[in-house]
Amino acid sequence: MWQAGYPVLTTLVFFPLAACLAVVFLRREKTIRMFTLIVTLAEVALSLPLLGFDAADSGFQFVERVPWVKTWGLAYYLGVDGISLVMTGLTVAVLPLCVLCSWSSIRERVKEFHFCLLFMTSACLGVFTALDFVLFYVFWEAMLIPMYLLIAIWGGPERRYASIKFFLYTLVGSTLLLVALVAFRYAGGSFDIPELMTKSYPFYFQYWTFLAMALAFAIKVPMFPFHTWLPAAHVQAPTAGSVILASILLKMGAYGFMRFSLPLTPAASQYFAPMMIAVSLASIIYGSAVALAQNDIKKIIAYSSVGHMGFVTMGIFLFDFRGLQGALLQMLNHGITTGALFMMVGAVYERSHSREVSHNLGLGKYLPAFMALWGLFAFSSFGFPGTNNFVGEFLVLLGAFQNKTWIGLAMIPGALLAAAYMLRLTQKMAWGAPSGARHWKDLNAREWVYLLPAAFFVIYIGLVPRFFFNVVDPSLENLVKQVKHRTTTVTGVTGLRPVIELGPLIISPAAAIERDRVRER
Amino acid sequence: MASELYLVWIELYQLLLVALLFVQCLSPRLQKPRVENWLPVMAGLGVVLALLNFNVQGEILSRAYRIDRLSQFFKILVCMGFAVAVLNARRQPSLIEEKKADYFLLMALSAWGLMFLASSVELITIYLSLELSSYSLYALVALRRQERRAAEAAIKYIFFGAAATALALYGFSYILATQHSSYLVDLAAKTWNWSAEPLAVVGITLFMGGMFYKLALFPFHFWAPDVYQGASNETATYIATLPKLGVLVILMRLSALHPGSQVAQVLAVLSAVSMTYGNLAALVQTDLKRILGFSAVAHAGYLMVGLVAGTLEGLDAAAFYTLAYIVMNFTCFWVVCRVAADGRNLTLGDLNGLYKRSPILAFVLAAGAFSLVGLPPTVGFMGKLFLFASAWNHGYNWLVVVAALNTAIGIYYYLNIVRHAYTEDQTERTPAVQAEPVYSNLWGLVLAGLVVALGVMPNPIFEVAVAAGSRLALP
Repeated sequence: MWQAGYPVLTTLVFFPLAACLAVVFLRREKTIRMFTLIVTLAEVALSLPLLGFDAADSGFQFVERVPWVKTWGLAYYLGVDGISLVMTGLTVAVLPLCVLCSWSSIRERVKEFHFCLLFMTSACLGVFTALDFVLFYVFWEAMLIPMYLLIAIWGGPERRYASIKFFLYTLVGSTLLLVALVAFRYAGGSFDIPELMTKSYPFYFQYWTFLAMALAFAIKVPMFPFHTWLPAAHVQAPTAGSVILASILLKMGAYGFMRFSLPLTPAASQYFAPMMIAVSLASIIYGSAVALAQNDIKKIIAYSSVGHMGFVTMGIFLFDFRGLQGALLQMLNHGITTGALFMMVGAVYERSHSREVSHNLGLGKYLPAFMALWGLFAFSSFGFPGTNNFVGEFLVLLGAFQNKTWIGLAMIPGALLAAAYMLRLTQKMAWGAPSGARHWKDLNAREWVYLLPAAFFVIYIGLVPRFFFNVVDPSLENLVKQVKHRTTTVTGVTGLRPVIELGPLIISPAAAIERDRVRER
Repeated sequence: MASELYLVWIELYQLLLVALLFVQCLSPRLQKPRVENWLPVMAGLGVVLALLNFNVQGEILSRAYRIDRLSQFFKILVCMGFAVAVLNARRQPSLIEEKKADYFLLMALSAWGLMFLASSVELITIYLSLELSSYSLYALVALRRQERRAAEAAIKYIFFGAAATALALYGFSYILATQHSSYLVDLAAKTWNWSAEPLAVVGITLFMGGMFYKLALFPFHFWAPDVYQGASNETATYIATLPKLGVLVILMRLSALHPGSQVAQVLAVLSAVSMTYGNLAALVQTDLKRILGFSAVAHAGYLMVGLVAGTLEGLDAAAFYTLAYIVMNFTCFWVVCRVAADGRNLTLGDLNGLYKRSPILAFVLAAGAFSLVGLPPTVGFMGKLFLFASAWNHGYNWLVVVAALNTAIGIYYYLNIVRHAYTEDQTERTPAVQAEPVYSNLWGLVLAGLVVALGVMPNPIFEVAVAAGSRLALP
């Protein structure tokens, strides 16, 4: 347990916020860019004390706790465990890359842009480190505003539609999350997440709170059929916006499932697992299939995100240690790989001013370095052995086969489709008849700088994932143990249902509950 | 009696303001010192005085007038609100310069009535205070230069107001007839139960109906959008904010009567309908003040969430939410008044490109609008959280869910406001922002700062509101 006086997490969360207030007073665009870059790099430096994380401890570390609103039991309560540490690291690392990749593409309202970026960072870090339910919710919602502005102001031609859709979708999801957390305060007596985790709740209560929370998280992930905001937002957002969306925002949904749904409503999670697994499967197959039919590079990657996140949610709801490991690793991988792909699309867009595949053909001859890196990320995206995604997807598959053979079998087409659309895209981009690529310049120094770190991690995690597992394993083991233990001892209504029950379950939840109540008696 | 004068320093001070304004009305027009120069300073002094008087307690006028934490808290809010309203109305494009003193006289009278209302604990006193605060408003609405809609709005306001007053008086007669007392303390000891005293329950419901008119709760809301639209921007600012305080304090006092679950059920239904209707109706409006008018209807519904539960927690939450509502409404209206330099009614299109014309006002408007939605880290979110938390598990969980879903409906039109200000480019027709940028930006930022500060650190103020509410437990 970390004890000395320096508040690592608070500094980490609020340093960008302070910096974004400072940005307001800067005048020249160049200065603003430089300043933000330095701030984001300083943020990376500020996160170094987190290396002191004790990997053997499965509890929360770097804990800071101050009462906030006593009457309602709110606390300013931060802390990280293995799961949130990974996400925090990802967030901190992605930020400087975002600044760099919008260096030349953002020309209007530069000050506001960097203000939004920094504000966003604070909110995202807050989401991953908050241990008070309300504090979590505050960060969760606060992040909507800058993201909305990023899409609505600096987005593509359809930005108005995309930004409003993004905002409405995510807000609708989280309104019920607010109700759920209020309900938890009543049932568990506080907003304190670790404390709430130690209690057990009646099945009926879990049933409804799970649904309320799952809606919020499923929209954020996004899971089929709530994914429709994502392609719109991804395609219209500026490059940095897409990167943040892909690398950080989508992770929040999955993180929510791990942090809240599984530990707080274990019995309901088990109960709904067949549905979640079915929906994840649908996400994987549907997302990949739709990606195959797109002609817009950004859309292909956006739909591939739906598929990849399907792997993540699948891993979570297998209730298997390997599955969870894979899910968490996939969250990290997707952040690295897809973030990098979006940055590369941004880079090629700056040259061709088009995201159509047909306008970006034949880059292999004229932009060899670009194409080489693209190839690496594309291969990583469909899980080529030796890259990061291979490890993650393999673990999820392993978990699936351990759970039910047919689930594992059903996932295979998804993995194959991923290879199909990525290879198709890469083949055209590399060897298609060049449209205008002759006069384009290959990667410049700035682009090298922001692509190489991603490339390094793609290979590093692909070959030596041990470091990652050392950090997350204790927390995940703890999670699995808790869920198993508390489902079986407390509620007594668990026992995984056959998937047949899925239909009536969706159609008439009331009937399902009634049946359970009868059984309980 | 003279020894008790210290209890009512604030009221006396406000009377002094009224008297000064009266003198100014009689004196030659446009004589110095100009009213818009001295009144904000004097109103600010009033806030200080109210703060100093927070801790006094006592009863005067044969126990009809009670000075306690609750009343003093609300008087502070009234003083602050009055000061902001005066600041906001200093420069009024839609008011003839000579009428300014009269305008402020009416406004001061109305605020004076609200102060009385905060301390009244007897039904007739309540009634008189309420009328004092309302009558001057009826006249205020009509004070808009060359605007037919203002006259229309004033007539609507007074007719609806008269009907609501009649309703309240009628209910009041029932209460008096069945319970034989008009003192809230005595009434609290009586039974309020449909089977034992049906007429008393009818009476209190009717009496509350009169209050809901002020609050613009469905189905007493019809005046709100029209009056907001017809009245000048500055008048609408006042009407949208301070009178709610008076109503809330009365509703809090009345809830000590525990009128039973029958009334609470009605309240819960009205609350749900009000928020849903207000939000849905606001979706299709283009006039900014009409949007805010319907948003007032919706917020009246939210406020009721705290009152239906009938718990102390709920009352505290409602008190805090009213405060939040007033701050965020002031914030939005502040920008509306600044942007409409010629005193016109703003449409959404008039906001286009506000971020270019005045980045600070655009930011202030965004803070106000997002707070009205209830997005963190603003006071609107904290207020909503407290309301939901207080109402949960008191038999009205469905109401909490409805209220939460309403946030999702409301986001669209509030977001529209921000969208026009931030993402649309300005056109030829967009009006110029009012002059005096330093003054308007500074106070705008103060208001926006309050919206955020109260959202991040609700503790200090909330403890005060809690203290105010807790006093109620011992009437």
